[in-house]
Amino acid sequence: MTIGLTHYLTVAAILFTLGVFGIFLNRKNIILIMMCVELILLAVNINLVAFSAFRGDILGQVYALLILTVAAAEAAIGLAILVVYYRNRGTIAVEDVNMMRG
Amino acid sequence: MMATALPSILTILPELVLATGALFLILTGAFQGTRSINLVNGAAFAILVVAAIATVFQTSETQTAFNGSFVVDDFARFMKVVTLLGAAATLALAIDEMSRQLQKPFELAILVLLSSLGMLLMISANDLIALYLGLELSSLALYVLAAIDRHNAKASEAGLKYFVLGALSSGMLLYGASLIYGFTGTVSFAGIAAAVKGGSGPGLMFGLVFLLAGLAFKISAVPFHMWTPDVYEGAPTPVTAYFAATNKIAAMALTTRVLIQAFGTDAAEWRQILVFISIASMGLGAFAAIGQRNIKRLMAYSSISHVGYALVGLSAGTQDGVNGVLVYMAIYMAMTVGTFGCIVAMRTKDGSVETIDDLSGLARSQPAFAFVLMVLMFSLAGVPPLAGFWAKWYVFSAAVDAGLVPLAVIGFLTSVVGAYYYLRIVRVMYFDDGPARFVPLSGVLRAVLAVCGIVVILFGLLPSPIVMAAGAAAKSLF
Repeated sequence: MTIGLTHYLTVAAILFTLGVFGIFLNRKNIILIMMCVELILLAVNINLVAFSAFRGDILGQVYALLILTVAAAEAAIGLAILVVYYRNRGTIAVEDVNMMRG
Repeated sequence: MMATALPSILTILPELVLATGALFLILTGAFQGTRSINLVNGAAFAILVVAAIATVFQTSETQTAFNGSFVVDDFARFMKVVTLLGAAATLALAIDEMSRQLQKPFELAILVLLSSLGMLLMISANDLIALYLGLELSSLALYVLAAIDRHNAKASEAGLKYFVLGALSSGMLLYGASLIYGFTGTVSFAGIAAAVKGGSGPGLMFGLVFLLAGLAFKISAVPFHMWTPDVYEGAPTPVTAYFAATNKIAAMALTTRVLIQAFGTDAAEWRQILVFISIASMGLGAFAAIGQRNIKRLMAYSSISHVGYALVGLSAGTQDGVNGVLVYMAIYMAMTVGTFGCIVAMRTKDGSVETIDDLSGLARSQPAFAFVLMVLMFSLAGVPPLAGFWAKWYVFSAAVDAGLVPLAVIGFLTSVVGAYYYLRIVRVMYFDDGPARFVPLSGVLRAVLAVCGIVVILFGLLPSPIVMAAGAAAKSLF
């Protein structure tokens, strides 16, 4: 069996779904949510690189590189906000993020 | 080849002004620290105004830069001017608020500049890569802005919630973009439009749905609105004003460009999705706001319902519909800045307050303030001679012309429900008794409130400048 475009897309779709469910079902801690966000972005990159190779078009790989760069910046900002949050509240458990309701 | 690859400076002048200005101010702030706060704030305000003026005086021909991934047409210029004016006005509110606080972060003005730059790039984006980069540039700055009050637990919670859900929505948007790229083989909107014309398969529609989900988050449309009330309540009031008055407008511009220019021939497919989002946003915005006591939370639900009304125009998918969206967003900006100016002005000697009951007796103690807030509330509710009524008029009439009569009727009914909670604020101000509590308004606040009040009142009498500009802008998309 040769590995074709469909296999890559399936892997990416599974990773994407895992990431989304990880964000919604996770009740433990916010670091896990950030890992799930990275999982989603990597699923997108697999998609883009697979399509790029399949179509022989370089733009998809350029896109993937830009996403990697932005993902690094996003993770840095997310962790910085998390540190600020931890200093104020002393916890990073998901169930405690509930000061505002209604 | 060099000539086409390098953009003419004039095409990207507003963006260039913002980018270089932000970098200079970062260095100034880094070397001088908090001593430079007045310089940085004043210069940032001037830079936003200069960028808006530069945009007004750009040529009205459609120009592209960076190999076609950046486009400047009348549509982009209109939305950029609205966004920049909203950013300048809310920055003025932020500077005014900062003058009363001990914490004076110079980063706030710089983050406003950077996120405005991102919004301009979003408005001018002409391919999926520019779309993503512009969106992220504005979002990353906005996450930090939400949490800029770092010793406040509510603000940092707002920043955290906004970050987590924003990152999720960017992920969905990107997944959609990757599918669209895969099934059309191109990232440019023109190329996608050509591919869509040849027939769109399920894969492409799947991609469009994910892309729309990501964009719906940015404009806070139902079912991707859940972050809005919490973030609006938790973030400092001027920052909330900035979220409501600028980010939403830029994201709406991006949504319009994607749907009309890239997927314009596929309107029958995305219309159903938009009609659903629009009805859900109008309905939830109208009903969920009724029980709110906190005025910032109420404004969050109000902004959700206003996005629903603007989407009524976009669902029509016609030139008139886009014209309606443009007029709506311009008027919405003026109303939102004015209302949040009033919320910033709700200061007692002990600090800011933000519940509706705090407004009781305002008509007796500060009649001018109460009058402006009343005019804004009537306008948000859509009471006839005021601007908010004309905004709804343009989108609903476009929807009726496009055969979406039920949608327009539902919009009308939800705006009647919505009028209840806007009028409740007026009732509390004029008919409830309360002590005079608020400190007198500063000069900046008076100026912002006066300008917004005048725009809202006069639009009904002299609508032509805004409507003509919006008409030309809508025409450039088709």
